Amino acid sequence: MPLLAALALVVVPRNYRVPIRAIAVLATLVSAVLAIKMFCQFVPGANSYQFEQQIPWVESLGISYHVGVDGLNVGLILMGAIVAFAAALCSFEIQSREKEFYILLLVMSGGILGAFASLDLFFFYFLHELALIPTFIMIGVWGRGEKKNYATFQITLYLSAGALIALIGLIALYLQSGANTFDIPKIIEHVRANPLSLKAQNFIFPLLLFGFGILVSLWPFHSWAPLGYGVAPSPTAMLHAGVLKKFGLYGLIRIALPMLPDAAQSWAHVIAWLCVGNILYLGWVAMRQKDLNLLIGNSSVAHMGFIFLGIASLNLIGISGAVLIMIAHGFLAALTFALSGYIYRQTGTLQISELGGLCRKLPFIGTALLMAAMAGCGLPGFANFAGEVTVFFGAWKAFPAITVLALWGALVIGGVYMTRAVRSVLHGPLPEKWNALTDAAHLWRKLPYALLLASLLVFGFWPRLLTEKINHDAEKVLPGYKLQLARASLPEDKLKAASIGDRQLAIENK
Amino acid sequence: MNASLISLEMSVIGLGLVLMLADLFVPPARRRFIAYAAIGALGFLLCASLSGNGSCSLAGTAFNGEFINDGLSLFFKRFFMVAAILVLFIAVEFSDRMVAAAEYYSLIVFALAGMLFAASSNDFAMLFVSIELITITFYVLVSFQRGKLASLEAGVKYLILGALSSAFMIFGIALIWGTTGELNFNRLAAVLAATPGLETSKTLLLGVLLVLVGLGFKIAAFPFQIWAPDVYQGAPTPTTAFLAVGSKAAGFVLLLRVLFTAVPGVAANGANLLIVISGVTILYGNLCALPQRNLKRLLGYSSISHAGYLLLGVAALNATGQAAILYYLAGYLFTVLAAFLVIALVLRQLETEDISGLAGLSQRSPLLAATMTISMVSLAGIPPLAGFFGKFLLLKAAVQAAQATGNHGYYCLVFTALAGVVISLYYYFGVIKAMYWSREAKDLSAIELSAPAMLTAWICIAGIFWIGLFPNTLLTLANAAVEALKI
Repeated sequence: MPLLAALALVVVPRNYRVPIRAIAVLATLVSAVLAIKMFCQFVPGANSYQFEQQIPWVESLGISYHVGVDGLNVGLILMGAIVAFAAALCSFEIQSREKEFYILLLVMSGGILGAFASLDLFFFYFLHELALIPTFIMIGVWGRGEKKNYATFQITLYLSAGALIALIGLIALYLQSGANTFDIPKIIEHVRANPLSLKAQNFIFPLLLFGFGILVSLWPFHSWAPLGYGVAPSPTAMLHAGVLKKFGLYGLIRIALPMLPDAAQSWAHVIAWLCVGNILYLGWVAMRQKDLNLLIGNSSVAHMGFIFLGIASLNLIGISGAVLIMIAHGFLAALTFALSGYIYRQTGTLQISELGGLCRKLPFIGTALLMAAMAGCGLPGFANFAGEVTVFFGAWKAFPAITVLALWGALVIGGVYMTRAVRSVLHGPLPEKWNALTDAAHLWRKLPYALLLASLLVFGFWPRLLTEKINHDAEKVLPGYKLQLARASLPEDKLKAASIGDRQLAIENK
Repeated sequence: MNASLISLEMSVIGLGLVLMLADLFVPPARRRFIAYAAIGALGFLLCASLSGNGSCSLAGTAFNGEFINDGLSLFFKRFFMVAAILVLFIAVEFSDRMVAAAEYYSLIVFALAGMLFAASSNDFAMLFVSIELITITFYVLVSFQRGKLASLEAGVKYLILGALSSAFMIFGIALIWGTTGELNFNRLAAVLAATPGLETSKTLLLGVLLVLVGLGFKIAAFPFQIWAPDVYQGAPTPTTAFLAVGSKAAGFVLLLRVLFTAVPGVAANGANLLIVISGVTILYGNLCALPQRNLKRLLGYSSISHAGYLLLGVAALNATGQAAILYYLAGYLFTVLAAFLVIALVLRQLETEDISGLAGLSQRSPLLAATMTISMVSLAGIPPLAGFFGKFLLLKAAVQAAQATGNHGYYCLVFTALAGVVISLYYYFGVIKAMYWSREAKDLSAIELSAPAMLTAWICIAGIFWIGLFPNTLLTLANAAVEALKI
């Protein structure tokens, strides 16, 4: 197999400038198929990166275009490619300046996949920025609502600040490591052999943590997210909330943990407490939202808390769970934003109080939204459940108290706002003005939603597909953390999880 | 004496004289061709200097060591020639608004000659003469639109402040000569190294400081930046473009030579001063640009902030920083000239230079809108464009200096620079917003572009992308060029 989906997509947007929707869809479809193919061919447990490719770029600085996959990013790339395909399919809602929109969309998806596949510190950052800029432009040009300009500037300034802080951290890391290369595996090797001083680590780690944290909307740097997603056109929101946002988390796992292990230990508490802020505070905020998109945006920020909790636990189960949620939440966020985008286009509003009874007019969309809501509050059967449970098991060992708080946030608060949204949007009396609504008419329109839902279910029922790939490489991120509990504990997890699921159902029924 | 070393400079001066004479013989309707002839001639000289052999790229010193041809001077000479060619293209588009366009072209060429001499100065006398040649031609270039009050006002301001800074500089040179008895950079460094205690002599420090005042005026660094916004706004657009690129780069090449060849010991002690100046310049430029509505004024403030970023590379006091300056300037050249090209083309029919004049540009001329967008994005320092890699190198140099010296001031400077970048995003994106999604557009007629103007736009775009995407060649050149600074 010559090249990977990631590489293919980085090249595709440049060549395919023809402003036809079909080409955008085709390009993303090809990359999705390639990503699936790569995912299937991936050999779990191999000791090196697979599908590697390296082209020198700036020799004097040791920068090269180096891509490759291991267990950590193979699932993320798959998720990114599928979401990009779904987003391209959902872009029919864009009616003006389609050409520019599709170019930006392709640049964005290419940048995202490239960033995830990149094994070079410089390109890692470079491609992420490349994906970030189209986001700003898409929100600015095709965004909706009155707060558009404000939200555009807020998201631009916030995310750029975060990215730049992370950049300083990366530069400091590059110089401090003394390896004179931007190649991630080489730096890790070098740092393993001669660890950085604790002082240097403690200086660089917060730069990376808060830089990446801003990108991932770590509490209290989250305020750009709900508003930004609220006004973004849905394909942009899908790609950003679903895929691009995971970049910061991936950066922490890929770079910060293996290169700065000591600092990670001393900062783990800070991360853990901040993520409680994410889970509880934002869950609480989400409960009070009157706008469906803001609710989804807040809940998606709240979900980031679980991932941070997994990372903070600094053990194999926690990290594996974090990667699982990253993938699951990618599908979920894309699905919910796609659905809310559909509803918005049909009704012209997302005020929860104005909606109601939509399930009758939009059976397919309504059902999909219901299932997304269930996945969102962590019902078994969806991939989110597998991830969240794994994270809680990992975190319980490290921070029991925080885990209890987080469980509360996950089960009760999540359940409350999701059921509330489902009840008032889908059930109840149907206001007369919505009589003219039409459901997703044909297969082509249903495809993106169905595809995302199917992915959620597949990984929900067979999380092993992912975990067997993740575990092996997650272990490598954690040198010095001897953990025997790995795959073996999963069946047991499921039993315990089932009881939690029952409780969840009980709440739902109330 | 090796006079063939200055063949490039002599050719450029000759070209300027020919252009002036040509004005007498060419009928007014064909004045454009004077400019094209000048561009062709400069292009030929550029190729000659790029070819790497022949007297244009000969290394060596002439005039008793006053004039030096080395990697650094060659890098900057090519830089200035590219800048002059692109500025001439802009000037052609602008010429219908000026009387005596041919004189204008020849003045640009004379200013170029001054910059070429500046790139090769290895002596304080040479430094002063080349700076004066640049500055005096710019006095005329700035006030060239005699019918426009703002242009005259800008000219007078530039004249008064420029004369003042020249006076400071000549005083500083006198003090340096008085303490050391040397004007040549290399011999001065030798004297300083041989005589203990001389480097910390108060008179010498004052002299160096006063020379820095004069150079600080040229590069518009805080606190000598007051003239920049007014002059940028009032001057004819091609002049502003040349001022922003050529004059600033000339200031930087002289700054590098003075600090690192003539008085390296003094520079090493002055790190903190440079850090503070760089930080304040960045903040001042960016914060003042925020409320601006006039495009040229906005770019004036933005050029102050870029002087700050470039000073960051000087303050790092290492070869990485110096190479980063060269790299950044090369990216800055294409970026800024692209912006001024668009301003010259779009705003020439309008009386106003307000940002709102750009409204609807995406429909009036997609190429120009794209050029302006790429330019703004590159100025803001976003990948994959030239500005990003330049800023990356500068920040890397500063972090490296911080780790090497343990001076925490560098970290403060780096974070100041970051704050500056984030602030600058706001106003750069404001310009993009005006072009793409502003509702104020009234006139949506298409803008007709001449073929040379389109060519210039494409050259600038290609340059920005090339520098951003394929940094290898240029970085190697820049690294080789700064080798010359080491003694």
